[in-house]
Amino acid sequence: MTPLEKKGVTIVVFSGELDRALAAFNIANAAASMDLPVTMFFTFWGLNVIKKEEGKVGSGGWMKRMMNVLNRGGAKRLKLSRMNMGGMGTAMMKKLMAGHNIPSLREMIEMASGLGVRMVACTTSMALMGLSEEDFIPEVREFVGAATYVGDALDSEVNLFI
Amino acid sequence: MKADRTLDCVGLYCPMPIVKTSQEMKSMQAGEVLEVIADDKGIKSDMPAWAAKTGNEFLGMEENGEEIRVYVRKSAG
Repeated sequence: MTPLEKKGVTIVVFSGELDRALAAFNIANAAASMDLPVTMFFTFWGLNVIKKEEGKVGSGGWMKRMMNVLNRGGAKRLKLSRMNMGGMGTAMMKKLMAGHNIPSLREMIEMASGLGVRMVACTTSMALMGLSEEDFIPEVREFVGAATYVGDALDSEVNLFI
Repeated sequence: MKADRTLDCVGLYCPMPIVKTSQEMKSMQAGEVLEVIADDKGIKSDMPAWAAKTGNEFLGMEENGEEIRVYVRKSAG
């Protein structure tokens, strides 16, 4: 069989909710398993998905600090975009997922990294929210601008905004 | 159908059977056949799609109640 041309998948992760992040990583992991190059570009609320879970994150003036207190982020803290019900809906969804052997978001992120998914963070959003490189999980190693993302998107066949 | 290896994905949902298939196939030789057992119906369309995109050969599937067995042959290169 002739080798097929692999153009890849780019995903903009703009949202910081659990369900949306799960959908993004589900697609990323499926695509990576199809041997496609995958780049996930985390921007704005999407940075919450890849913030480290422990310790303090963010620095800067009081507005930036407040942003990271009220909007702490980290994979385990994300809420559903609907039916959160003060956290009860999110807890139920996590329980249902575990009961169905569906990996947690943290596990999906680790899987993505193992499958070679490239995770990059938007530097403008980082500056806006007082975040620096050490505020993110170790799977995120690149900190880039929009032109890098557009360059990757132009080289891909599938481009999603989640 | 005769297979060289079997991968049990019963109880796993999309995309896990595909992720595991991809990983298993990496350690197989060209020409070898992998049998994947699953019960998430998504695999019926996912495995042919995976094979077509990765250049491996989808050989077919057998359904027995909830259990679905799919067969893929690793291609050279």
